Amino acid sequence: MATELRDEPRMIASILAGDTQLFHELIRPYERRVYAMALSFLHSEADAEDAAQEAFLKAFRNLASFRGEAKFGTWLVSITLNEARSRIRRRDAIKMESLDEPEGQTSPALLRDWKEIPSEALERKEVRSLLHQAITALPAIYRDVFQLRDIEQLSVNEAAEALGITTSSVKVRLHRARMMLQKNLAPQLKELAPKRRWWAWS
Amino acid sequence: MVIECKHVWAHISGYLDQTLPPEVLEQVQKHLEHCEICSAILDSTRNILILTADERVFELPLGFSERLHARLEEEIRGLEPDGG
Repeated sequence: MATELRDEPRMIASILAGDTQLFHELIRPYERRVYAMALSFLHSEADAEDAAQEAFLKAFRNLASFRGEAKFGTWLVSITLNEARSRIRRRDAIKMESLDEPEGQTSPALLRDWKEIPSEALERKEVRSLLHQAITALPAIYRDVFQLRDIEQLSVNEAAEALGITTSSVKVRLHRARMMLQKNLAPQLKELAPKRRWWAWS
Repeated sequence: MVIECKHVWAHISGYLDQTLPPEVLEQVQKHLEHCEICSAILDSTRNILILTADERVFELPLGFSERLHARLEEEIRGLEPDGG
């Protein structure tokens, strides 16, 4: 990842010392991550963009309180999560999602003969929309972990730190999130390859 | 030791992340060698992860960066004593 090649602590020190324009460069690699996090919570492009902007502004205003114990990106994710969650709380129309972890194992969907990756399928808008909907439909506690680990490629430790949960919770929730997505998406994605054999779990 | 399909499903994430203890990994691999169903579940899960990680799934709206940096610029200039 490109951010590893940058000396972010030094950039932050320069910004705090007065080179405020450098903040533009500091956040560029994180724009998509912050927007995607906000979108998966708020389900609206306009709300997500507004929340993402607010998260970056808060990061700028509070940069002096960033102690450097975490990576800047992880800290930014925490700010974004807080911003998105507070917006959800303010939105009466949105029903609060349960924070309880459902019990039981999710059985995967059975399908065969899908060894090749139909990456060209992502050229189709409906496929991107299908994946997007499946991720946003995950219960919040699973979606957060999936988003950070499998989409943003954070480490288990970084995800645990950003979410304020243990690393074992990250692993358990990630596994459940993946199984839920597999069960939800595998039967739908068979539309992509109708000539292949697919089995839906029954 | 032979393990059943359900036990393999519980280890799919660990298998994909390569975090399984060696003895469990060996059991899972042996199972996958002869179980077409679990192999297919593993493949489809892996493929779904590859697809969802693709940047095209969460594309930034057109003009997002420009609007963000314009708003940031207002904030940054607002903090400077001479107003920029």
